[in-house]
Amino acid sequence: MIGLSHYLIVSAILFSIGLMGVLRRRNLLMLFFATEVMLNAVNIAFAAISHFYNDLTGQMFAFFIIAIAASEVAVGLGILIVLYKKQGSLDLDDLASMRG
Amino acid sequence: MYETIAFYLFSALTIVLFLITVMSKNVLYAMTALASGMVLISGFFFILGADFLGVVQLIVYVGAVMALYSFAMMFFDATRDIKEKNTPASLVFLLGGLSALVLVLMFAAPIHSEAVQALYPIHEGVGNAQDVGIVLFTKYLVPFEVAAVMLLVAMIAGIILAGKKMDQSLTSDMDVDAEDEILTQKDAK
Repeated sequence: MIGLSHYLIVSAILFSIGLMGVLRRRNLLMLFFATEVMLNAVNIAFAAISHFYNDLTGQMFAFFIIAIAASEVAVGLGILIVLYKKQGSLDLDDLASMRG
Repeated sequence: MYETIAFYLFSALTIVLFLITVMSKNVLYAMTALASGMVLISGFFFILGADFLGVVQLIVYVGAVMALYSFAMMFFDATRDIKEKNTPASLVFLLGGLSALVLVLMFAAPIHSEAVQALYPIHEGVGNAQDVGIVLFTKYLVPFEVAAVMLLVAMIAGIILAGKKMDQSLTSDMDVDAEDEILTQKDAK
């Protein structure tokens, strides 16, 4: 039978995949994809805990996370478009223009 | 029985699809894998009895967010493979190992399961949408309104950031002749 720990383990694996993506990616668009993976993993954990503790609070938090993710994508993609117009690339190494 | 099969199927497929998202060099492949992984995650929500959350996941993530990404990809050159100098593998392995250690510690930590009480319990025999609606519009009304204002701010910011100079092409390399051509066209108008 599937218990809470199964869902939490899947969520942790997905979160680790997203974290790995955030660590190794240098392209800003791909970095955004990796953060979406992490947010989705957390949503699974919230829904599972909400189900197994018979409490609706977890689902509420998942809703607000979805709202925050949507607004993050809207603002972030606008910034990416402006950046691409300015620099011609989305690579993080090209953006390191301030050498200390 | 069916729940078990669905759980293992969904989790295996989601992990594979998200690995493709993280590892792929092609933006189009990564985005397609991300979209299908999000559809499967809504399957998790339906298994867990959070029907409304699953529908919201489908509409907002797969519908709105992925459509936004695919629109944004029209501004960038999506067909070309991304050439990026990835972070050295040893550093990634070190940091990944450390985060895995933290996760193991978190799961191994004692949880006071008996002390946890349901603050807003799920009612039997009531649909999930009704239950969620009642809690959302009574106990979480202020955060709901704040989220609405936040979405409005994000919409205005997105329009203003992306909407400037929309008449200029981004993907084609604009050399001087083409710029002159555009300028003469503008003058003609």
